[in-house]
Amino acid sequence: MKINRRRFLNSTVAVAAVTLAAPALIGRAQAAGNIKMVSILDQSGGLDIYGKPMVDATKMAVDELNASGGLLGKMIDLTIYDPQSTIQSYTQYATKAAASDKADVVHAGITSASREAIRPTLNRFKTLYFYNTLYEGGVCDRNTFATGSTPAQTVEKLVPYTMKKWGKKVYVVAADYNYGQITAEWFKKYVRENGGETVAVEFFPLDVTNFGPTIQKIQAAKPDMVMSALVGGAHISFYKQYAAAGVNKNIPIASTTFGVGNEHISISAEEGDGMVCAYSYFQEVDTPLNKAFVKRFQDRMGDNAPYLNELAVRSYEAAFLWAEGVKMAGTTDRMKVIEALESPASIVGPSGKLTIEPKTHHALQNVYLAELKDQKFTIVESYTEQPPTDTLLVCDLQKNPTMSKFYFENGLAAAGIK
Amino acid sequence: MDLFIALILQIVYGVANLVLISIGLAIIFGMMRVINLAHGEFIMLGGYTVVIATNNGVNLWFAMLILAPLVVGIIGVVVERLLIRFLYGRMVDTLLATWGLSLLLIGLVTTIFGAQTKTTISAPIGAIQIGDYTTSGYELFLIFVTALLSFAIYLLLRFTKLGLVARGTMQAPDMAAALGVSTSRVYAITFGLGAAVSGLVGGLLAPITGVLPTIGAVYIAKAFITVVSGGTAILAGTISASALLGVINGVVSYVTGPTMGEVALLVAAIILLRLLPQGITGRFFRKSL
Repeated sequence: MKINRRRFLNSTVAVAAVTLAAPALIGRAQAAGNIKMVSILDQSGGLDIYGKPMVDATKMAVDELNASGGLLGKMIDLTIYDPQSTIQSYTQYATKAAASDKADVVHAGITSASREAIRPTLNRFKTLYFYNTLYEGGVCDRNTFATGSTPAQTVEKLVPYTMKKWGKKVYVVAADYNYGQITAEWFKKYVRENGGETVAVEFFPLDVTNFGPTIQKIQAAKPDMVMSALVGGAHISFYKQYAAAGVNKNIPIASTTFGVGNEHISISAEEGDGMVCAYSYFQEVDTPLNKAFVKRFQDRMGDNAPYLNELAVRSYEAAFLWAEGVKMAGTTDRMKVIEALESPASIVGPSGKLTIEPKTHHALQNVYLAELKDQKFTIVESYTEQPPTDTLLVCDLQKNPTMSKFYFENGLAAAGIK
Repeated sequence: MDLFIALILQIVYGVANLVLISIGLAIIFGMMRVINLAHGEFIMLGGYTVVIATNNGVNLWFAMLILAPLVVGIIGVVVERLLIRFLYGRMVDTLLATWGLSLLLIGLVTTIFGAQTKTTISAPIGAIQIGDYTTSGYELFLIFVTALLSFAIYLLLRFTKLGLVARGTMQAPDMAAALGVSTSRVYAITFGLGAAVSGLVGGLLAPITGVLPTIGAVYIAKAFITVVSGGTAILAGTISASALLGVINGVVSYVTGPTMGEVALLVAAIILLRLLPQGITGRFFRKSL
């Protein structure tokens, strides 16, 4: 065969094309044997202040798991979808994760609405589901593990502490959707049980930015403190206007939502000082394990490292908790992993010891109370391995393994809780 | 009595707040018939200018009153030259284009500064005591600024050559052009002015509201409702609609809570537009600015 320039070029291009394509083909062949984890979290739109740190932490967990040899001798493939703070994208991606990606596990959801949108889908496709956000409690579903803190873990500790510190008259302000409504009911319940009085409860649509009339009402009611379950960017305005009116000096604020979107860096020191918040994790948790974790995260993220809050750290820990379940089961088979997790699986993470509570598929976890000072939290109280007693009131998956229900959907009274 | 005074102040502030968030939109919509869906993002950019400037050691007052309108005004002129000027008279197209612009601006700010930016600004004026109640001194200042800003816009439109030319261009662009007015320059200046006012407002609101890339969305709906309810007259329309809707919102919020307050505002706007499809200034104050 005579080799002219044209033929030479043709064949070289063909060889080059095959060489270029080869890694992709091999990569695919390998990927087929890998363990598949899908994460669906909002990285754009209004919820990105919550979602972005969660995604960063999830990536870090998977990288660390893979660096230490993966799971069952296989690597973990992480696929991340961005539903852009819209619910219909959640259902689309959940279907894609289960039906097309054939995910071994899906870690997903920030708002309760997004969780309730995808939980039935993942149940139908028999795909294991982890929900790693703090929420109002009440999910009872054998396929779902809800690892975030619930009101019985945070509100139950925050209310007596702040009532002892400030007094017994409480004014509740909360976001007007299911999380805020239900959390406000928990506030009222625990205030009453601790011998206090809830003088008023007010709900705010998520796009309200002018809180003037309410701030005057709070002054008229003369409570000893304000408990806040306000959520999102617009509601940051409440804390700023409250301070601008000078009320924060007389009537302090306690919250189980402030800080989890890193709100404390969006308001100034004089506006935020003295607030007390409750979460299962603060970046300031003083253990060698946590300090090493924070340093690894900051080294990895560089100048862009966000403040680490419960949402991010629980996303990180939940990946390890699921990995622990897979290791114990020795397989990624969904039912075997669920049984292993129920046995129960337990890890020690940056927040402390985290154990699956088998009746509810929630987690026993540490709870911390912290006071804000100069845009930084100082931990003032800590409680170890707190059970999710709220969900335990209504849920027993050991007795009813086929249960798949969100009990607090219509409030606490509907779930039979006084 | 103390409570009553404090409450009246809050309601007046509620009205001023509506005027502030709508006035930039009113200028652009009223003068140019351009539906600017990126209006909320202009306010957000004003807020970001203040946050970024103060983080770099710039004086808060300078950042709010000079930098914010300047930066956003320049952005407005650039946007008008690159995007809006191709779309005059095509209302639906401008709607789509400015919606895209709003997404672009949110994306840009998020990409450059992240989903959240640390800030240390708080209201630069302390609280004011009214008997047993305290109220925000900064909100009083904003009421004053609203009055001043409205008056300045009135003077500009009523007594300057620019105002005359701009009003002429708005009413009969062909005739204005025939008389030697460069209408495209007038449009660019008007759009830039509207953007600058929105930037000023964003800057002024930054100390008492959250500043996030996505925050524009919470302003846009209310701004539109106010401007549409107000009708064609820029100042009289915005102020009368703000007064009506702001008082309804404030009183109902106080009596029944903020959720019903928002509902009342929307219901009032719907009824108003049913009775006066051209807005308040379609029937009353017709000759005003």
